[in-house]
Amino acid sequence: MNKFGFTTQESRAIDYGQFDDRLLSYVQHHEPTFLICMSCGACTATCSAGNLIDFNIRRLSLLIRRGEILQLSNEIDKCMLCGKCTLVCPRGINTRNVIMLIKKGISQIKQSENQN
Amino acid sequence: MNTQKTIVTIGAGIAGIESSVALSKLGYRVILVEKDKTIGGKINNYYHLFPNNRPAVDIKNYMDEQCRIHDLTIYKNTEINKVQKKGERFSVTTSNDDILKADALLVATGFEYFNGMQKEEYGYKIYDNVITSIDLEEKLRSGKQITTAQGKEPKRIAFVHCVGSRDEKSGNHYCSRLCCITGVKQAMELNSRFPNSLVYCFYIDLRMYSMEYESLYRSAQEKFGIQFIRGKVSEVSENKEGTLQIKAEDTLSGRPLRMEMDLVVLLVGMVPGQGTEKMKSVAALESNSHGFLESNDWQLHKNSSSQPGIFLTGACNGPMSIDETMEHARSAAFEVHTYLQNHSKHE
Repeated sequence: MNKFGFTTQESRAIDYGQFDDRLLSYVQHHEPTFLICMSCGACTATCSAGNLIDFNIRRLSLLIRRGEILQLSNEIDKCMLCGKCTLVCPRGINTRNVIMLIKKGISQIKQSENQN
Repeated sequence: MNTQKTIVTIGAGIAGIESSVALSKLGYRVILVEKDKTIGGKINNYYHLFPNNRPAVDIKNYMDEQCRIHDLTIYKNTEINKVQKKGERFSVTTSNDDILKADALLVATGFEYFNGMQKEEYGYKIYDNVITSIDLEEKLRSGKQITTAQGKEPKRIAFVHCVGSRDEKSGNHYCSRLCCITGVKQAMELNSRFPNSLVYCFYIDLRMYSMEYESLYRSAQEKFGIQFIRGKVSEVSENKEGTLQIKAEDTLSGRPLRMEMDLVVLLVGMVPGQGTEKMKSVAALESNSHGFLESNDWQLHKNSSSQPGIFLTGACNGPMSIDETMEHARSAAFEVHTYLQNHSKHE
């Protein structure tokens, strides 16, 4: 049957109906200012790390909202915690605390997964 | 009956004049009090108006003519220092110690431009090639040649949206609504003066809330090649030659962006005017969380203030365009008229 070499691919669509909201609820519970981001990108523009390497702090909040925990755990260590993003944020989001919470949240999720 | 009733209007910008003219047409006696030496307020600062590029001086001339035709009493260089209510009547003390008696007050104290210096990271008044949209409008209006501080023709021009608006750091959470379209209008104006220039608008969201604004935005893209980049500018710094380096994120491509500019224009927002601030204490008017004077009823009585007999018109009530202000002014006149009629019935 496979003489034409056809393969099937998984859908690229985000399944918003059942995304992993564990990190999202953890972060928004401990840092409610996280919710008010308007994606203006001022944080990324001023980011010390992002100007040198492939790291986009604005996208982190998007990844949390989409439940992309695996991608986040690869990204999060690139932040140097300099805090410039917190200084420029027009919505006054405590971005540094958000980063710390992502780190904590991910390690908690990993721990509970290892226990199960 | 009507002619016996007096209204004191505070502020002779377009809102104050238009509402006073309307009240005068309804047969009331109106006294206009203006803190400046000229009438017209902010209309005096503009060159061309969006969305139809009409000269602002048209509106100014109309206002002057209306004041003349209706023979309005105007006290210039005068502020209000005290408002007292005795029974149903108001007693207003001016800065010249005159006491004006009135049956109703109309507050038309307007707005002020956000002070660009408060956003120090943009370098206004630090770097010579950073100007505000108001400075640019003044340059356009004066007819002088527009150059960089070094006397050269600007080749790359950046407009920075949301300066002092939607910004916790400036204490202003609201959107000033009109800066977006001002930016589009001015970008087109500069590009037509300097056809070889590249004009960029750095925005968070483009708020083209009228049909005509959206059309203007479209022409800016289509006919003028204005580049719209989605990302808030985080800082501006100066190079040795006096050109400017700006930093933003190009959020749609997800990468930080740097660019050299010859001229940076800050689209400054609208904040409550000096007179508006003063009215809060002088007449005990309530303001909303953004500092503008609060309507008594947002949907049904936009022109009524928190105090009976005191009415609001124009941008003291919140950022609004010229056409919106004219409507607001006429509806204020009708609101005052209704109030005064109800009161004469009770007498």
